[in-house]
Amino acid sequence: MNLRVSKSLIGWIFILLATILISLFYFYPMLQAFILSFKSGMGASLQFVGLDNYIRLFNDPVALIAIRNTFIYLIFQVPLMIIIAMFFSVLLNSPNLKFKGFFRTAIFLPSVISLVAYSVIFKYLFSTDGLVNEFLLSISIISEPIEWLMDPFWAKVVIIIAITWRWTGYNMIFYLAGLQNVDHSVYEAARIDGANVVQQFFYITIPMLKPIILFTAITSTIGTLQLFDEPMNITMGGPGNETLTISQYIYNLSFEYTPDFGYAAAVSFIIVVLTVIFSIIQFKLGGERD
Amino acid sequence: MNKLKLFSTYFILSIATLVSLFPFLWMLISMTNKSVDVSNGRLLPGTHLIENLKSLFENYNVGSALYNSFFIAIVATILCLIVSSLAGYGFEIYRSKGKDIVFNILLLSLMIPFAALMVPLFRFFGGVSQTIPFLGINTLFAVILPYVTTAFFVFLFRQNTKMFTRELIEAGRIDGLSELGIFIHIYMPSMKNTFAAAGIISFMNNWNNFLWPLVILQSPDVQTIPLLISNLGSGYSPDFGIIYTAIVIGTIPTALVFFFLQKYFVEGMSGSVKG
Repeated sequence: MNLRVSKSLIGWIFILLATILISLFYFYPMLQAFILSFKSGMGASLQFVGLDNYIRLFNDPVALIAIRNTFIYLIFQVPLMIIIAMFFSVLLNSPNLKFKGFFRTAIFLPSVISLVAYSVIFKYLFSTDGLVNEFLLSISIISEPIEWLMDPFWAKVVIIIAITWRWTGYNMIFYLAGLQNVDHSVYEAARIDGANVVQQFFYITIPMLKPIILFTAITSTIGTLQLFDEPMNITMGGPGNETLTISQYIYNLSFEYTPDFGYAAAVSFIIVVLTVIFSIIQFKLGGERD
Repeated sequence: MNKLKLFSTYFILSIATLVSLFPFLWMLISMTNKSVDVSNGRLLPGTHLIENLKSLFENYNVGSALYNSFFIAIVATILCLIVSSLAGYGFEIYRSKGKDIVFNILLLSLMIPFAALMVPLFRFFGGVSQTIPFLGINTLFAVILPYVTTAFFVFLFRQNTKMFTRELIEAGRIDGLSELGIFIHIYMPSMKNTFAAAGIISFMNNWNNFLWPLVILQSPDVQTIPLLISNLGSGYSPDFGIIYTAIVIGTIPTALVFFFLQKYFVEGMSGSVKG
């Protein structure tokens, strides 16, 4: 009996440090943010203002633009990337293909570079006198340079292209791992039954990969909700606030403008609520397949 | 027909490879060129590499940023491995109802986005600055502490501990090892792959981290590599040769980690998908 009690105690000691650290650096600040979201004031002098911050939030045009932009990135970038990643993984899984390892490594390589580093590279590649314009001009796709980063539409396109470049290979690895578990004889049987490549893709590949597609879709969604490094380094949120994201707006409210920590905390709860919703979906769907 | 299919597969994959690799080639070429040549889109290597490096080290203090980034990434990774492996082991081996409840609560922290934490954390470290200056704002430890462990790493270690042979623990007890002794001498050596995978993820995350260092390192004297690159990139008259040199320097450590430990890297990723 005594031995069992002491063993259980040792178990608690093993988990103590991680539990304290996660409580101190996640749960405690989360609680603080919640309390803070009901206060307002410049810098350190904060007063309790009830729901004022949340009311202000729904009447704040910049906050609404930031939410809209974040959703634009989500709706276009996540599906685009998943489709490209799946397409590449199916190509890489073709039986007679040579240099598979080379192609896989090359397409995965963007996942290695830091978000800041690739953002700065993309900023220069897409500048008005940058290489992308030069290339498009030289093959006559465009007749005059596109002002990528000055135009509200094209600036968003650049952000979407950049994120897709950085994360497609990363997601592709998950699909490749999933495809390796699919028996080639399944495709063989489908071919004998007269299914063409497209039918095989929709009736075999997609159903087989469904759990992985959901996993990558939700992790990418949660990642995009927190998008910060790219708009900060490629466009600074501009032109105007046309590429501003929620995270970036929270940062600006806290550290760029006259600090209003209370309101910043209220804005951050948009991301919290959305993240919780998507995480619950993931847990629910993840639970089903186990 | 089949030949055509194979040919188009090669064609598409070659284009994808070119698009994926081009920014890397471009930064490697540009680090050897003068700023003027870079902005003219010169696609051939030049002879300006030494000058770029010299200027970066002399005028932009890249040495100190490198030191800070290595210090942060290495210390955070070591602490992360110790704290998370102890917890993953504790939750799985000494499993009890109470601990399972704690574990599930810890998992909830995965839903908390960093954007919501940065203001309270900044204020927290501001308060710490008053009493313990070496842990406060503008210190490397303030960068490290929130990232020492996350529920993700605890989860990763717990999942992999499920595959650990429990008979080894009994054998260790019979041999007279203490519980911690069993962890150090039996568990750790047999979980090398998990440690490698977790270590790589932690190192990469900490090396590349941008938002939290940007918030907590307010002084221009204390920079990390991503902060330095971001600052160089947002200048009004950027020197492109120098910027690309800084980007290459900042990418080399993670690229090396990737090329030498690729196997563990992919393992760690698929370890996380099992959840």
